[in-house]
Amino acid sequence: MQPVQPLQSVTSAHTDRSLQLTLFIVSLVTASVLGLIVLFIFRETLPALSGPGMLRFVTDESWHPLENQFGMLPMLWGTLASTALAIFLATPLGIGAALFCRYFAPRPIVRPFRALITLLAGISSVVFGFWGLTVLVPLIARFEPPGASLLAASLILTIMILPTVALMSEAAINSVPESYSGGAAALGLSKGATIRQVILPAAKSGIFAAVILATARALGETMAVLMVSGNVVQTPGSLFDPIRTLTANIALEMAYATQFHRSTLFVSGLVLTFVIAALAIAAHRVEHRAGSHHAA
Amino acid sequence: MTPVALTPHSPYTLGTLQSGPACCVPQPILEIKNLTVRYGDSTALDGVSLDIYKGCITALIGPSGCGKTSFLSSLNRLADLIPAAKISGDVRFNGESIYAPGVDVRRLRTQIGMVFQKANPFPLSIRRNLEMPLKEHGVRHSHELKARVENALQDVGLWDEVKDRLDTPALQLSGGQQQRLCIARALVLKPSVLLMDEPCSALDPISSGVVEDLILRLRGTYTVVIVTHNLAQAKRIANYAAFFWMKERVGKLIEFGQSQQLFEAPVDSLTAAYVSGSRG
Repeated sequence: MQPVQPLQSVTSAHTDRSLQLTLFIVSLVTASVLGLIVLFIFRETLPALSGPGMLRFVTDESWHPLENQFGMLPMLWGTLASTALAIFLATPLGIGAALFCRYFAPRPIVRPFRALITLLAGISSVVFGFWGLTVLVPLIARFEPPGASLLAASLILTIMILPTVALMSEAAINSVPESYSGGAAALGLSKGATIRQVILPAAKSGIFAAVILATARALGETMAVLMVSGNVVQTPGSLFDPIRTLTANIALEMAYATQFHRSTLFVSGLVLTFVIAALAIAAHRVEHRAGSHHAA
Repeated sequence: MTPVALTPHSPYTLGTLQSGPACCVPQPILEIKNLTVRYGDSTALDGVSLDIYKGCITALIGPSGCGKTSFLSSLNRLADLIPAAKISGDVRFNGESIYAPGVDVRRLRTQIGMVFQKANPFPLSIRRNLEMPLKEHGVRHSHELKARVENALQDVGLWDEVKDRLDTPALQLSGGQQQRLCIARALVLKPSVLLMDEPCSALDPISSGVVEDLILRLRGTYTVVIVTHNLAQAKRIANYAAFFWMKERVGKLIEFGQSQQLFEAPVDSLTAAYVSGSRG
């Protein structure tokens, strides 16, 4: 007969507890950094948000802070237009790349192709901007000067968010159970019909989450857009008009803005933060629902 | 009706199981000659020859991994989807080789339907699950679509259960209902052969019984080839049975014959041991 071992072991309980405490502190630091940033932005926006100044963001004609004009709408339209166009272009490209990778690409090129897209995600935004400035902008200028424009900003954004859409869509497509494609094949459906009728409907929440996250990234992108968009504050009337986005505006004016002007920059930052956070939460929700849906 | 001996050497008269209409005169619809299925270096199935008779239920029995599913999925060329799979030998469907060059695999699969072990309705509505394959195969008229969807659901006994919620997601159905929907989805294309890969193994006993009754009702109208691990079920429903076994890690057909004979007076000693439950 073996001797009975005591069930309580003091040392292992002790190490578990200290690990728990350490991790708790680490998480607390991470969370509080975020909290403090939001709090700080809030505090800085107070001069602009308190008092009668608030409405001026929408009522003022345009943005001339030195002449006391604080209309943000032209820049908001610039941000929204460049993001919308980028999403419009990147969504079909990204889903197409994902479908190609999964269903049509010859075996030897699948891995290099995926590696290429992943690499695209790793290029820093200032490099994209630099490329845009030296290649894309002159190219557009040859057709329609000045070149630095809504179109240039959208195209750069498209390339930048393409990996997000492609890689996340591919993950969503890969998570569609094999039994669906097997079932579709057993019904004599073609590859195209299977993708259209079965795979895409099954993967749509994941793809939707990909598009939302890409939107968030496009809204928040600053440097590359700043370098190619011309930065003229105006509501864009055509694809070839220069624009200024809210993020670019912060980057451009932060250095010399004071008082009310400085505070308004924080307001635009706060708005962007909330919008992007809301989009990220939405993407998470949609993706989570997709996960539970397949498990059912 | 005068009883007709199914095979000359059969010592058995026609019992209740063989009394189905089309089974009295065995007429092969699928002729499998020397079928071998390899995955890379391993041989899943070696040199199988047998006939599948029109209107009958043929059960494939044997332990896991002896090539029953490989056999089944080479009958509708679904094994083509596995990149490493290599198939040799011949399968004739109504006298035509299905592996001949130029065979329209998609049309073949509309004539030889398949039901899987795990119910796999598409994440669409109940109606779309049935309509979509029809539309993809060129059925356009809405009244025809409607009628065929209703007929298929009637055939699997699902119509009364779902007629008021045809546009709700198919994934909300119970496991047994999902499997019957999958059978309906195969039937809606009006195949002549239905391949079933353990259609009841993932179901509770009651749902399993419902599906089993349904399979029995298919006999005569459809030719059914069913893989099952449930010997009692095979005994209950099959007209013909084929026993597969692994020999030296290669799947082989050991014995094929009328179900009654195979279960009650097997020729091979392995079959005898398996059906009596002492091996496998």
